[in-house]
Amino acid sequence: MKNNGNLSVMLKGLIKENPVFVLILGTCPTLATTTNVEGAFGMGIAALVVLVCSNILISLLRKVIPDSVRIPCYIVIIAAFVTIVQMLVQAFFPSLYDMLGVYLPLITVNCIILGRAELFASKNPITKSALDGLGMGAGFTLALCAMAVIREVFGNASFAGIAIPFLEPYKIAILVKAPGGMLVYGMLIALVYVITRGKAPKKTSFSCEGCPSAGNCHTGACLEKGGEQ
Amino acid sequence: MEMFYSLIAILLSSVLVDNYVLSRFLGICPFLGVSKKLDQATGMGISVTAVMLIATAVTWPIQYFVLDKLGLGYMQTIVFILVIASLVQMLELILKRFSPALHKGLGVYLPLITTNCAVLGVAINNITDGYSFVESLVSSLGCGLGFLLAMVLFSGVRSRIDESRVPKPFRGLAVTLIAASFISLAFMGFAGVVDALFA
Repeated sequence: MKNNGNLSVMLKGLIKENPVFVLILGTCPTLATTTNVEGAFGMGIAALVVLVCSNILISLLRKVIPDSVRIPCYIVIIAAFVTIVQMLVQAFFPSLYDMLGVYLPLITVNCIILGRAELFASKNPITKSALDGLGMGAGFTLALCAMAVIREVFGNASFAGIAIPFLEPYKIAILVKAPGGMLVYGMLIALVYVITRGKAPKKTSFSCEGCPSAGNCHTGACLEKGGEQ
Repeated sequence: MEMFYSLIAILLSSVLVDNYVLSRFLGICPFLGVSKKLDQATGMGISVTAVMLIATAVTWPIQYFVLDKLGLGYMQTIVFILVIASLVQMLELILKRFSPALHKGLGVYLPLITTNCAVLGVAINNITDGYSFVESLVSSLGCGLGFLLAMVLFSGVRSRIDESRVPKPFRGLAVTLIAASFISLAFMGFAGVVDALFA
């Protein structure tokens, strides 16, 4: 991983190493909360806050936490921040809280956050970790919003709850249902590949690098042999 | 009898209608990552089902007899994830000690389950839905079986994808997701079936 300057640390999360479309992390909330723009934006910001806070704390504690119990420690730190965010959302944005439902506490097991803790924050100083969290969180929000815009505008003929009347007769209702999420996601992964012309580190399969379970998994059970390319 | 019907309804709806993977999008990572071969998919599915059942059997009493009694409901996320993580570790140790054969078959999938959002999702959903202890267990069993079913079906689809010519940008995960979308489309056909049966 190249780290030539703080700006590039932050910007790589947006496109080049976009957690959703390039690293393929955090698929569950990406599919579940993108049926409307409001929910997607709220989810993205909530994850961003948790990501920045947990990256900072884990980076601060990186010399204190013993190597053998680091994954449980990270999970506790992340779960604590998730609980704080959950309570804040419940208090100040009750409608968003109802919309996100179980996916808000499930930020705890979002691979992006644990993955960044394991791959970046545990090895880098505070400023860089915070910027990495900010960039990755922004990339996550951007990706969620992109998906939500496509799904809401074409699936429900509205944008952030405001109806778009001339699209009404042409709406593709399947896009806001479960299958539409996977369809749009698959299409967007292919599109990002075309835009970056395959220069981005395309992930054809799940490898152990970037997998949050890599720390306590020593078997590579999920490792697929003989990638497509 | 009434109760029996309601349990069957919970079981069927969590296997078919509200399938955790295909309609609620929980546990997508293992669904995409470990579904390449049938035996791996089955092993992962069975392990997840077992962990879901055990996790529910432990987290339900903790929620109602410890957290609610002490007014610590807001600690739910932290407590549940810790309980699940330690359960998985314990299960691995127990299997290793008492049943090496089973450990060889299923043990490799256990560390991956700690961060499986479906397990935490089931535990939290059972509390949110206000299920009783037996209902919670049945719903966890249904979710696990639904996960197993989705994994097994999908591993069949993936072996077909491997043999076909896919346009370059779609190779890898893009085509996999689109295939998953079609399976999810097929499962949408079950919507309303359970309600109609037990209405």
